[in-house]
Amino acid sequence: MSCPSKHVEAKEDAALPATGREFWRSLDELSQTPQFQEALHREYPRGASEWMDDVSRRNFLKLMSASLALAGVYGCARPEEYIVPYVVPPEDQIPGKPLFYATAFPMGGYGLGVLAEQHMGRPTKIEGNPDHPASLGATDAHAQASILSLYDPEHPETPKEAGEIRTWTRFFEVLRKELDAKQQTGGAGLRILTETVTSPTLISQIQALLKQFPEARWHHYEPACFDGARAGAVQAFGRPVNTIYRFDLAERILSLDSDFLLLGPASVRYNRDYANQRRVRTGGTGILPVVSSPQEQKHGQDARATMSRTYAAQSAPTITGTMADHRLTMAADEVEPFARAVLAQVNGQSVLDHPHASFIQAMVADLLEHKGRSLVVAGEYTSPAVHAIAHALNGALGAVGETVVYTEPVEVHPDAQLDSLKSLVNDMNGGSVDMLLVLGGNPIFAAPADLKFREAYEKVRLRIQQSLYYDETSFHTHWHVPESHYLETWSDIRAFDGTMTIMQPLIQPLHQSRSQHELLAFMLGFPDVSAREIIREAWRSRAPQGDFEAFWMRALEKGVVEGSAAPVVSVTLQPNAVAPAAQNDLSPAGAAVSGYEVIFRPDPAVWDGRFANNGWLHELPRPLTKLTWDNVAIFSPGTARELELENENVVELAYAGATVEAPVWIMPGQPEKSVTVLLGGGRTVVGAVGKGVGFNAYLIRPSSAMWHGRGLGVKKLEGRHYPLACTQPHQMLEGRDHLRVHTLEEFKHIAGPPEEDPLVPEPAHGKTVHLSFYPDRPEPDEWLIGTHQWGMAIDQNVCTGCSACVIACQAENNIPVVGKDQVIKGREMHWLRIDTYYRGEAGAPEGPYFQPMLCQHCEKAPCEVVCPVEATSHSIEGINEMTYNRCIGTRYCSNNCPYKVRRFNFLQYADIKTPTLQLVHNPDVTVRQRGVMEKCTYCIQRINSTRREIKILRGDAVDAPAEVQDDVKLLVDRLMDRLQTACQQACPTEAIVFGDIVYEYANGHNMTVTQLKTEPHNYGVLTELNTNPRTTYLARLANPNPALGGLNDTSADDASVEDTSAEKPTAHDAARE
Amino acid sequence: MAQIFHPSINTLAKASIFGAIFIVGFAGWFIWEFSRSPYVTQVNVPREQPVQFSHEHHVAGLGIDCRYCHTTVEKSGFAGMPATKTCMTCHSQIWTNAELLEPVRASWRTGEPIRWTRVHDVADFVHFPHDIHVNRGVSCVSCHGQVNEMPLMWKTESLQMEWCLDCHRNPAPHLREKWSKDPATGEQRFDRDVAFNMNWHPSVDQTERGQVLMKKYNINTYQLTNCSICHY
Repeated sequence: MSCPSKHVEAKEDAALPATGREFWRSLDELSQTPQFQEALHREYPRGASEWMDDVSRRNFLKLMSASLALAGVYGCARPEEYIVPYVVPPEDQIPGKPLFYATAFPMGGYGLGVLAEQHMGRPTKIEGNPDHPASLGATDAHAQASILSLYDPEHPETPKEAGEIRTWTRFFEVLRKELDAKQQTGGAGLRILTETVTSPTLISQIQALLKQFPEARWHHYEPACFDGARAGAVQAFGRPVNTIYRFDLAERILSLDSDFLLLGPASVRYNRDYANQRRVRTGGTGILPVVSSPQEQKHGQDARATMSRTYAAQSAPTITGTMADHRLTMAADEVEPFARAVLAQVNGQSVLDHPHASFIQAMVADLLEHKGRSLVVAGEYTSPAVHAIAHALNGALGAVGETVVYTEPVEVHPDAQLDSLKSLVNDMNGGSVDMLLVLGGNPIFAAPADLKFREAYEKVRLRIQQSLYYDETSFHTHWHVPESHYLETWSDIRAFDGTMTIMQPLIQPLHQSRSQHELLAFMLGFPDVSAREIIREAWRSRAPQGDFEAFWMRALEKGVVEGSAAPVVSVTLQPNAVAPAAQNDLSPAGAAVSGYEVIFRPDPAVWDGRFANNGWLHELPRPLTKLTWDNVAIFSPGTARELELENENVVELAYAGATVEAPVWIMPGQPEKSVTVLLGGGRTVVGAVGKGVGFNAYLIRPSSAMWHGRGLGVKKLEGRHYPLACTQPHQMLEGRDHLRVHTLEEFKHIAGPPEEDPLVPEPAHGKTVHLSFYPDRPEPDEWLIGTHQWGMAIDQNVCTGCSACVIACQAENNIPVVGKDQVIKGREMHWLRIDTYYRGEAGAPEGPYFQPMLCQHCEKAPCEVVCPVEATSHSIEGINEMTYNRCIGTRYCSNNCPYKVRRFNFLQYADIKTPTLQLVHNPDVTVRQRGVMEKCTYCIQRINSTRREIKILRGDAVDAPAEVQDDVKLLVDRLMDRLQTACQQACPTEAIVFGDIVYEYANGHNMTVTQLKTEPHNYGVLTELNTNPRTTYLARLANPNPALGGLNDTSADDASVEDTSAEKPTAHDAARE
Repeated sequence: MAQIFHPSINTLAKASIFGAIFIVGFAGWFIWEFSRSPYVTQVNVPREQPVQFSHEHHVAGLGIDCRYCHTTVEKSGFAGMPATKTCMTCHSQIWTNAELLEPVRASWRTGEPIRWTRVHDVADFVHFPHDIHVNRGVSCVSCHGQVNEMPLMWKTESLQMEWCLDCHRNPAPHLREKWSKDPATGEQRFDRDVAFNMNWHPSVDQTERGQVLMKKYNINTYQLTNCSICHY
């Protein structure tokens, strides 16, 4: 039997050695508790496979009669179906084929260029726009999930006055009268509050309004704004600038509490750039090149022997920290002294009194050695001083103009948003605000607690809010008017580098919503102007000279306005840029104030609370904690032991005069004596999805400590238990060697030339064949000739765990949301999960290392042989097929799957009733019923569609002249390149590579996936079972500084680390009981 | 103790055991036949439509090509249904007052689309793409029958899985040649329309020709019977 992956397997045996069982996923696993053992050996956690709900006799009869009735339905009832064609068909629309429109996903005021997929007029999927600088074809989890928000049945449908339904006409009457009155006084008392705004048209509209009402004021507030970066730039350069990092050029990176791979408007782009410097490839030769000279290969990865090296100093755990080669964990207020020490060392001063002196010395030597190729990133939420120090460091390291670029600011008001909000609150309290217009945002929920925004807000005579949802602020507002979703209306927006995108809608507003542009146009005295006209007219003046229509069409088609990036500025460091700290420079602060440190961070999924009604995001296992549905307070194992806390305990957090109850989550990598509190939970005025999820951390977030502060009081509430839905202990693999982590140096020793001609399938006879429990495929070899053989390679070296792939898969494959109680039972439905593994001691382990785990499409699949009804079978192209309509739900297959990647619909999870939610479904994929098994299909719908296109192309040219044949070959190459699985397409780092492992391009090259499978660090998971998986992994590599030794995480307090490692983390074993 | 059963019961018992085979057999036969009967499959049952559109008149009578109305059949999985505008291209000029066409005119006036009753309805978990079939030279007739002889639309095939598989296991009889040798010049000629020819008749050597075409097109019947070809 010729199986292309045999080589992969053979290669792998000779390649990197197995690293054995040193990795662990949860603290329970590390200490091998009985609970863990049970979870490991069960297919699903206890309770998942049992019917735990009460069964009353009545319910039982109801179910039985329903199933009897349904059993009789087939064959008798013939529900009539209709075909409803257009009256006048739209141009370019081919029914059954999707169309893609370029637009941008707005997040925190910045745009991420996307291509929105549309089926017969309804948007169904978001993909990245390859032409957009922030996307380069990839997306993040939020952009992927935004499609669900569009169809949220709980969007407000009409304007409301004090909760009562009103018409827009009525609202406009009231507004007109108010504005006419305001005209007399020049707009005195009129205030506008927006979130971060980069939209050129919105800016010009608001500025026009301010001209019309000179006394009016415009305020900004975004809960997760970048005030620190703004103030830091002013401190360093005397003016605000926008900082752009060139991770694609950086060879040495120091992150000062930054999570540039997850946060901020450029995170998707930074992922790509960063990954390009982390990839190690032998380019199919098996030998790493001595120097990194990129070999010209049209369809392949260039050979690369170098990796960038990352140092991360972090407080709250970050995914940047997990990617780093050296990580220092410290309290948030120790970051600034640390940064000062680094600067001092760069400037040649002694830092010997700093606790991390040796680390700093070795690191700075390394950074200086790579002058002009190193860069320092200051954290998104660190103090202005850290940003100023980072600017000074980048100057000293020669990074400015090389790896760091400064441009004009992209945001309109480069002044601090917190100050802007404070002055608004002051004025409201002072009675000088008569009418407040809140454009987007939810300040009553998200404003700092000490400002008492609600009390001040209620003093305003007329309060108007336009937003996507009816929220906490709307509840205290006179007039709430619905805002259109970004896929419903026209707008424009700028990206992290200032590049502008004209956003176009894909669908008419589903409800009576309008865009902010339309509301402002009305206020400016232009009623009944559509958003399209507003944007078009605005761009008429901005467009370059010449044919406007051509410009307009090109901008819409590309999704970017060419040449609109913010201009680069040259700045000089102010002499007093890095003012010395008040006192006690180099020693960790914090001794002065008693109590714990609190660190606030937005939740990676629901963010600042804005996605609180999005089930996909709620159910997304967060990259680091693997928690779904709730926000938590994160404690380090040491602190938890000190406080006698266990997972799922409840603590009372007291800070800045307020208290809140929060569930406890213990996580390795969290600094000692610091508690990370995630924002975004605890919404009260929200739809059914977000109700009762998490706790409101804004209640203890004062304006004086927006991101961190000392003096947190923690009190354990005895006897309280708050169940959390964590997927980390679900779907555990019986551990042998799933994950391989090596250093670059080790890899260089192991890498060797591949076997001769390894990609041509060879017959099994005469070769060593691994004995397998599972039978060979039935079809004879000759049938494989000319077929595709699909395979996947996942590069764990660049996977940052960002989880965009998980939501992309969910959107593409109609994967349902199951809810918190079902997740606790282990019934989550994600086809793709990202396993996280730690190595080392519980207190300060390495990792987590990420391993995307999905159906491995074993050539000898254990699941197939046990299915009694042949609902799962093997395709000739090597795909492990799942035929839903055959499945009778025995679940034998998932019992027999060693990778635990099969998911079972225990209940009717797919929503087949709510009308708007039907629209989000991908029409190319079956919506599954209760009682059916499902799993990753390698996006078979995309494969089938591409295969058909290729077959049509080839078939038409079958007897055509040779030159036509050559053209067809090139066209087929392009189609093959364009075929991507949903996870692959979303992946910002191109870690997931899918393709035909036997395909040859017209130029004789193989696809990237095939080349990756010949890399020396390619291996399969659980190959000792001889399942021959088609999905293989590239080992994770690290590039540690030889002067610093291993990869170990170093905690701020070395003594406490030793202390931690001395005993096993028994503190929270009992939590699982 | 007296016997409970009379000796004649033995005969009855034997007879009923023997009879049960027939009863089970009959039940099996009945289910087999019933599930394939026109009552279930709706084969040969004309469907009522909002407009009594006659394919016979338009195709056979007027010679309109299938693709005039079903425009996307060659490029998409969905064959396409004519928009009201397509009907009105002619019927704004001819038969402008016909009673029969009132629903079409009403649709044009009001913008309300016409709701056609689906005649060929495969289950929702089956994906049938038209494009690959017609591009491979599988004619409309193979699945839809001689539509040019149907005054109202009906099914001629059951569209059940065994029927699909018959062809996926052996497509040779249904493949029409798109490339053929011009008898006059000897050149290879491409006939895009062959799948839409209603009056095409298989030649005597169709089986052999079909086999040749299968080779040429790389039609892999192993692949065609993979579940994921239609179910996903």
